[in-house]
Amino acid sequence: MDSKIKAKAVVFGNNIDTDVILPGKYLILVDPYDLAKHALEGLDTQFVEKAKQGVILIGGKNFGCGSSREQAPLALKYSGVKCVIAESFARIFFRNAINIGLPVIECKGISSAVKNGDELAVDFEAGRIENVSNGKKFQVEKLPPFILEILADGGLIENLRRRMNKK
Amino acid sequence: MNITEKILAKAAGKKTVHPGEIVDANVDMVMVHDLTGPLAVEAFKKIGTPKVWDNKKVVVILDHQVPAESVKAAELHKTMRNFAKTQNLTFYEVGRGGICHQVMPENGHVTPGNVIVGADSHTCTYGAFGAFATGIGSTEAAAVMATGKIWFKVPPTIKVNVKGKFQKYVTPKDLILNIIGNLSVDGAIYRAAEFTGPTIKAMSIAGRMTLCNMAVEMGAKNGIIAPDETTAEFLAGRVKKMPNLETLQSDKDAEYERTVEFDVSKMEPQVACPSSVDNVKPVSEVGDVPVDQAFIGSCTNGRLEDLQLAAKVMKGKKVKEGVRALVIPASQEVWKQADEAGLLKIFTDAGAIVCGSACGPCLGGHIGLLAAGETCVATSNRNFIGRMGSTQANVYLASPATVAASALTGKITNPREVKA
Repeated sequence: MDSKIKAKAVVFGNNIDTDVILPGKYLILVDPYDLAKHALEGLDTQFVEKAKQGVILIGGKNFGCGSSREQAPLALKYSGVKCVIAESFARIFFRNAINIGLPVIECKGISSAVKNGDELAVDFEAGRIENVSNGKKFQVEKLPPFILEILADGGLIENLRRRMNKK
Repeated sequence: MNITEKILAKAAGKKTVHPGEIVDANVDMVMVHDLTGPLAVEAFKKIGTPKVWDNKKVVVILDHQVPAESVKAAELHKTMRNFAKTQNLTFYEVGRGGICHQVMPENGHVTPGNVIVGADSHTCTYGAFGAFATGIGSTEAAAVMATGKIWFKVPPTIKVNVKGKFQKYVTPKDLILNIIGNLSVDGAIYRAAEFTGPTIKAMSIAGRMTLCNMAVEMGAKNGIIAPDETTAEFLAGRVKKMPNLETLQSDKDAEYERTVEFDVSKMEPQVACPSSVDNVKPVSEVGDVPVDQAFIGSCTNGRLEDLQLAAKVMKGKKVKEGVRALVIPASQEVWKQADEAGLLKIFTDAGAIVCGSACGPCLGGHIGLLAAGETCVATSNRNFIGRMGSTQANVYLASPATVAASALTGKITNPREVKA
């Protein structure tokens, strides 16, 4: 994972649940690129096309609520989402995203400071988010070092392999 | 400490823990099913450990796409069947288990005081037995299979104190819908919800499971109820060894982030309207809502007590023309009990279809899906857009009594208004 990213924002509202991120009928798909074809189709049929260029997803409260399906963050990651920033996250989604190497940042006030298409710059290590389009800046609480390590390794499995090999 | 803190402290080998603290906990049991298991198996293989950390503590249950409805589902089942066999895990085959959250406690895989994780969000159901239980993803389930450990941030706890006696045809499902309606879908986010009070004390195991099952629908990490004689009675003969339940009670000076009070004595049947679980109204305020499908089942409300209640409403009556009613017992054990009690005949005589124990239409993956413009009233736990099939369909959530009554009239109906 790059420690700094820049991308355009796609904005969604509160309580975006995992059934709209990836409907249950697609859970039998195994290839993450097949899952990605259906990302967020319940809310925005054009999302997959928008995400291709690499985007930052902005959510309101309780992003990723509902099912524990890891296929939801997988679908986002492989559709081109580089990072999800939300007011708050449902905890299983938050952990799943980190575990598959999709960065997630909790940031109070973000949803009212970003419009669709705004250019955002994120520095994960410094915990800084800037809306380049309107100049608004946010300093967020940094993730604990062990979580940053998981993200830097590209996910929990890679992290675990590295740690187990060390032993 | 409160119960959640006590369990996490013990699992982390600490004397005390505080909300916000990150602990590395030993896991007592991990569960995966046919839709989350295959990803976990793939991740487990990548870790490179040949064997799971403890084969007695990993349970595999086929319950979502059951029986396999497609070649793809059959392949997923095959993956899980092979993994369970190679690793010598406890495995519930199609027709020998049922819905994971019913199968786990029925078969003694849930012990009070345990830390249980499952690759399914409704794993929080086992809080009904005084266990700390929560949902995780597939990759994390693989990591637990390899290491037996998982990190947790100790959650602050909200005490949900409930008093009063339920009126006729008002159930624990109505209570939890009312609670979620009040607290909202993110009202307990990152938190534990501990259900206490005389109503909980008097509640059956089935009812307690319904409450804890839906704790996740208000964002809670876990729902939990202090284990007591009702718990012990259900688990007798199922678990290997019962712990001392006195050690699993919240201390008198236990700390809670806040306490919320509920009184069920005047509560009406409740309905969660589309498309959010906190869009809850008393049934009298729902208005005229015609339904195409009525679904009684799921890990929320597919237990014997739920089926008995629905059968009581439907006995000797007919499902309204133009409506299809689906009844799905939560497990093979429940199926048999319902059969022996004559309930399945009551449903069949009424014109409902009784399906094999599985998740069914709840998650929109298998049988009983909805077409665009259709409406289902269901005893399940989520009414999100597209949850049960078409993104243009509507799902209303209610108790088994309300769903049964609605099946008879063809519109959302207060069960107290159905004439005997």
